[in-house]
Amino acid sequence: MIGFLARRFATIPLVVLGVVTILFIIFKSVPGDEAAFVAGATATQAEIEAVRVQLGLDRPLIDQYARHMSGLVVGDFGYSTTFRGNPLPHIVNRLPATLALALAAICLTIIAGIPAGVVAAAYRNRIPDYLISLTVVGLLAIPNFWLGMLLIAWLSVDLGLLPSFGASGPASLVIPTLALAARLIALVARMTRGVVIEELRKDYVRTARAKGLSKGLVLRRHVLRNVMIPTVTVIGLQAGYLLGGSVVIERLCAWPGIGDLLLTAVSVRDYTLVQGIVLIFVVSFLIINIAVEVLYRFVNPRLRYA
Amino acid sequence: MHNAVVRCRRRPTRQTNLFLWLGAGLLTAFVVLAVLGEQIAPYDPTAQDLFAMLEGPTAAHLLGTDNVGRDILSRIIVGTRFTLSIALASVFLAGIGGIALGSVAGYFGGMTDRIVTGIIDLLLTVPNIVLAIAIASVAGSSATGLTIAITASFIPPLARLVRGRVIELREEDFIAAAVTVGMGHGRILLRHILPNAATVIVIELSLNAGQAVLIGSALGFLGLGVQPPAPEWGTMLGASREYLTVAPHLVIAPGIAISLLVLAFNAFGDGLRDVFDPASRN
Repeated sequence: MIGFLARRFATIPLVVLGVVTILFIIFKSVPGDEAAFVAGATATQAEIEAVRVQLGLDRPLIDQYARHMSGLVVGDFGYSTTFRGNPLPHIVNRLPATLALALAAICLTIIAGIPAGVVAAAYRNRIPDYLISLTVVGLLAIPNFWLGMLLIAWLSVDLGLLPSFGASGPASLVIPTLALAARLIALVARMTRGVVIEELRKDYVRTARAKGLSKGLVLRRHVLRNVMIPTVTVIGLQAGYLLGGSVVIERLCAWPGIGDLLLTAVSVRDYTLVQGIVLIFVVSFLIINIAVEVLYRFVNPRLRYA
Repeated sequence: MHNAVVRCRRRPTRQTNLFLWLGAGLLTAFVVLAVLGEQIAPYDPTAQDLFAMLEGPTAAHLLGTDNVGRDILSRIIVGTRFTLSIALASVFLAGIGGIALGSVAGYFGGMTDRIVTGIIDLLLTVPNIVLAIAIASVAGSSATGLTIAITASFIPPLARLVRGRVIELREEDFIAAAVTVGMGHGRILLRHILPNAATVIVIELSLNAGQAVLIGSALGFLGLGVQPPAPEWGTMLGASREYLTVAPHLVIAPGIAISLLVLAFNAFGDGLRDVFDPASRN
């Protein structure tokens, strides 16, 4: 286990190196004078030149690349115009809000998605199954931000139950979590339904039923254990959706996470900040994937000895 | 008489595919709206009527009017063209890019494969909407910028899928036979390998089109897509955000339009999969 973790964590710097290189190429190809932008609209030509020298933008690209890289090693993401300096501490400050949202969405997915799938499978081709399957199809087609808008209109404007935006206590987490998790719940419910139907056909289920266990007990004690593996797979595959979807939802609900900050950075053309946040997204994505693999070994004993 | 007997016997094995027909029907309807656009829209989608602002649904304006009195139904109808063409263009371009990269990597293997898969794996670590936002911020807020952003975020997963399928097919005996009779690489790839991978690719692309609609409208909602006053559905939703409390009808119609289009692509893709790849059905 420790060897496995060490190996997986060792790949993170390599991926970061590659991603940073690609981002560097993309953002250096943006037309426009970076120094003039940093110096501001009212700057004189002399001031712009001073900024250019100060930020090292007068040097060859290879030089800038080397400086960019060596800065990253010591945690210096470069000069962000929004924060007038290294944006890393500000990004890290906002990270917990995004992670809380993602974690809440994962929990809700497990709590809602698995039971829905099991019920659909147990009542296969009967009314509960049709209702659940129809909801799944609907949830996969609805844009998450629109669902969020409807929830705000209904839960906070009409009923006045929940705050419509911002982060003031656990109640403000409800709407963004629902909006973000809807797609995942649908995917997990669909996957669970398929797996349970398949498992119910297997010999061990017939054996358990034959020795007198009730259908519910077989489902809960035997079949449900086999559902966790595909569920973990779905969540792992959708880690990208979870992080990316949080960007849109955070903006909608004014949730103070890094996704909201990314959009602010884009709107003021602070490309240093954009690169920094994309990098943090990538690292979070990698860590979630490692966590998923660890979970895999936990829910699937066969993998532990492989 | 003889024919009738045969038809009866075959019937149980040939189920009509509800999803496929539902998807195809809806898509056709959307294509008609996109092509005709202004011709069937009751009003000019950008014409303002300052005496009828934020009106709910009435006989004159079936879906109501927005904050400057534009007819929402007309805007939805004309907006179909934006959303549909962005989705189709980005899926088409991503298809070309993904097939080219994936088949070259899978077919030639070795160093080419390692470099291409290396870059693909790197790009796969960036969540697709984050990649699209980063690229849209560089490419500019326009239909073209949006298409480039969505295309770029779709190429990596598609290239990976195509590569896997090509590697599988490369080992087949009929490819060895083609090599033996002296065919060139290009001809083997285009005439023998890709046609066999076509089913998987087409299914994936039609499911991607649904995703493209979702990502495109999300970027429009965030103000990074087609700019107002163009009636793109996501952009309309973004503009109606502040009227959520006073005029909820502004929010309902574009959302339903987006959902129906996504539903159409998803149903079409699922239906295709059921027909051509029954093994993958759960």
